[in-house]
Amino acid sequence: MSILHTVNKSPFERNALESCLKFATDGSALLLFEDGVYAALKGTAVEPHVSDALGRLKVYVLGPDLQARGFSAERIIEGISVVDYAGFVDLAAENGKVQAWL
Amino acid sequence: MSEVVKKFMYLNRKAPYGTIYAWEALEVVLIGAAFDQDVSVMFLDDGVYQLTKGQDTKAIGMKNFSPTFRTLGDYEVKKIFVDRASLEARGLTQDDLVEIAWEDFETEEEIENIVEVIDSARVGELMNESDAIFSF
Repeated sequence: MSILHTVNKSPFERNALESCLKFATDGSALLLFEDGVYAALKGTAVEPHVSDALGRLKVYVLGPDLQARGFSAERIIEGISVVDYAGFVDLAAENGKVQAWL
Repeated sequence: MSEVVKKFMYLNRKAPYGTIYAWEALEVVLIGAAFDQDVSVMFLDDGVYQLTKGQDTKAIGMKNFSPTFRTLGDYEVKKIFVDRASLEARGLTQDDLVEIAWEDFETEEEIENIVEVIDSARVGELMNESDAIFSF
């Protein structure tokens, strides 16, 4: 059964993203939201880790949280899809389980 | 009435909106302005995200307090510092940050932008020079 992993913490402050990437198996989905959206931005110190993960995970970022923090879709790493709240619900419904990396 | 002016530094290390720290720090800075001290505001680590341009919180249903930063110059805050290494680690430059103007209403002295990006060594020096550091 597939898992939707969610990360809502900044990758610079907590190791939630790091652990998620370590344990999420190929083909899983990852949604970045709240302070987790900073991991989706281009040119950061964590971009290499996120780019590597794109080869094996489907990665999504919550648009409203990006917008709140002053970033447009052009600033995110290529291959990451922007979703809205309805998209968040769809991802939760499509995947059997949701694992929240708090 | 005491005329002793102390150097206060407000140190911001948290991103906005995910936690309440950034908003609380801003409240304290605005309240502190009433005490006529020598105030500086420092942004480092995820705190640099507080100053990004173009914040729009309509869709997350939270108060956008970003415009308040631009009024700090009116609250006797004349020094705002940002750690360069923190910006670089996040793929940001000074162009991504809001500009904060300052004006002395008596002398009409004006500074277009008081946001200053500085090296980490300077951050440490400024902390040493402060009488009190309020950490958020």
